[in-house]
Amino acid sequence: MNANRRILPGLRTGFLYLLLFAFLTPFLLIIMNSFKTTQQFFESPLSLPTTINFKNYASAFDNMDFMQGFMNSLIITGISVTIIIIFSAMTGYLFVRYKWKVNSIFFFLMLASMALPFQVLMIPMVMLYGNMGLLNTKLTLLFMYLGFGVPFGVFTFHGFIKGIPYELEESAFIEGSTTLRTFFSIVLPLLKPVFVTLLVLDVLWIWNDYLLPSLVMLSPDQKTLPLSTYTFFSSYSVDYAPLMAGLIMTIIPVLIIYLFLQKQIIKGITEGALK
Amino acid sequence: MNKKLSLKNAGTFLVFGGPSIFAFAAVVIIPFIVGLYLTFTNWDVRTGDSSLIGFTNYLEVFRDKVFLQQLWFTLKYVFFTVVIANVFAFFIALALTRGGRGEQWLRTGFFTPNLVGGIVLGYLWQTLFSQVLPYLGAKYGWELFQTSWLTNTGTAFWALIIATAWQLVGYLMIIYIAGFTGVPNDVLEAASIDGAGRTSVIRRIILPLTVPAIVICIFISLSRSFLTYDINLALTKGGPFNSTELATYHIVQKAFLSNQYGVGQAEAVVLFAVVAIIALTQSYLLKKLEVES
Repeated sequence: MNANRRILPGLRTGFLYLLLFAFLTPFLLIIMNSFKTTQQFFESPLSLPTTINFKNYASAFDNMDFMQGFMNSLIITGISVTIIIIFSAMTGYLFVRYKWKVNSIFFFLMLASMALPFQVLMIPMVMLYGNMGLLNTKLTLLFMYLGFGVPFGVFTFHGFIKGIPYELEESAFIEGSTTLRTFFSIVLPLLKPVFVTLLVLDVLWIWNDYLLPSLVMLSPDQKTLPLSTYTFFSSYSVDYAPLMAGLIMTIIPVLIIYLFLQKQIIKGITEGALK
Repeated sequence: MNKKLSLKNAGTFLVFGGPSIFAFAAVVIIPFIVGLYLTFTNWDVRTGDSSLIGFTNYLEVFRDKVFLQQLWFTLKYVFFTVVIANVFAFFIALALTRGGRGEQWLRTGFFTPNLVGGIVLGYLWQTLFSQVLPYLGAKYGWELFQTSWLTNTGTAFWALIIATAWQLVGYLMIIYIAGFTGVPNDVLEAASIDGAGRTSVIRRIILPLTVPAIVICIFISLSRSFLTYDINLALTKGGPFNSTELATYHIVQKAFLSNQYGVGQAEAVVLFAVVAIIALTQSYLLKKLEVES
């Protein structure tokens, strides 16, 4: 019995690591082969690379305009996540502290809209914004991400702010602080845990999004990283080695964030899903 | 704070709610209303002509054999993806909530496919299915892998499911783990003292007590797989011969490539209704099984 207790968990853990290894083989195969020539890849895709050369990476970097896609993605993700978080925090605060009829109507509409899939909105959206000549600029895309990101943001902040005692703000108001100042100096710092949750979920969503930017960002210089990957793959289709290097390069930025924030990311997903 | 909204504090409303409500209305509410209106018109993108035509677009949707076929294809794809992803996620999560060593690392590992967007994920699997597996098939004479899975409708269907489920498993696992942590330890201990075996503990204690997590996971996997677009685009491009077009892919093609905005939008509304009905029914049915711990 005692021996069993010690050996069994070890076996179980060993088995789980083996399972994880099998589970992650697709990644490993792509990484391994991104260092070979396309010829070597066709001949023996399962062997380890004999030399580590970064030729494929250099060629993918140039041919897929990596820097441009990366910068566009960075700007769009960075700004939209920031504005989603700040504006939803403010609106969440407004909805909790001021029980006006308009507020409850909008709060209800936002809750209801979370069940709406993007697919129902995309056609009229592209039509409307296309008619106004607003497609193809970062500003429009940022505005759209704000609109789509706000419902979940407001909902999440709303739940959290409800739990903050009003007394904290009351004393500030008595001393003559404005609503805006009270919000930024007293309420906002308390919202840090929610920031992290939203940050994680929104970064993963916006950084990896393909459909919306593919409908809005039509000119080549406006492409985000997923769009560059798409163009690169569909125009390069036989030369697999640089293609695989391109895939790895697209994954690396998020992977770095993940290694630093993995605990928060997993917490963020849990909280996001259970709300 | 039950002051009425008046001119004096309208400023507060505009400052705190203005930007987000404006963006929300302009991106969600207005397109939603316009979209519903659009399904009743025959709007033409080139001439700009538009007139009300009643339910013609919806009739067109149900008369379009190709769309119905693809909707059926989507339903099958969703069914297998949801079942496979949830079963795997459930058992991996179960194995990872016993407080063993290295659990944190294992969780982190199983989650990694979720860092990758659908386009990259699709191309990654495309490379494996079209190059690596046929290589294995040729080398070891495994018939199953001799030709690329992506060139045959039946196997391309499973390729789509494998790629999607591979990503979903890690995400659902996280939620199941959260669900399992909510199962009280004393209940589990009492059961093991009473001599309950592992299977009956899972069936009689863990399953009923984690119904909320199961409901959420099935809901998430249903809606995510019903709306799959980029994995489909990158993995099969709807091929061979449009046989693997999922519903969203079909709608995008219809609206933006053949300029049939009204019909495309009607299809989107039908798809939304199908997702909503299935998702609500499943949570209603499962919620009935819920018990208090």
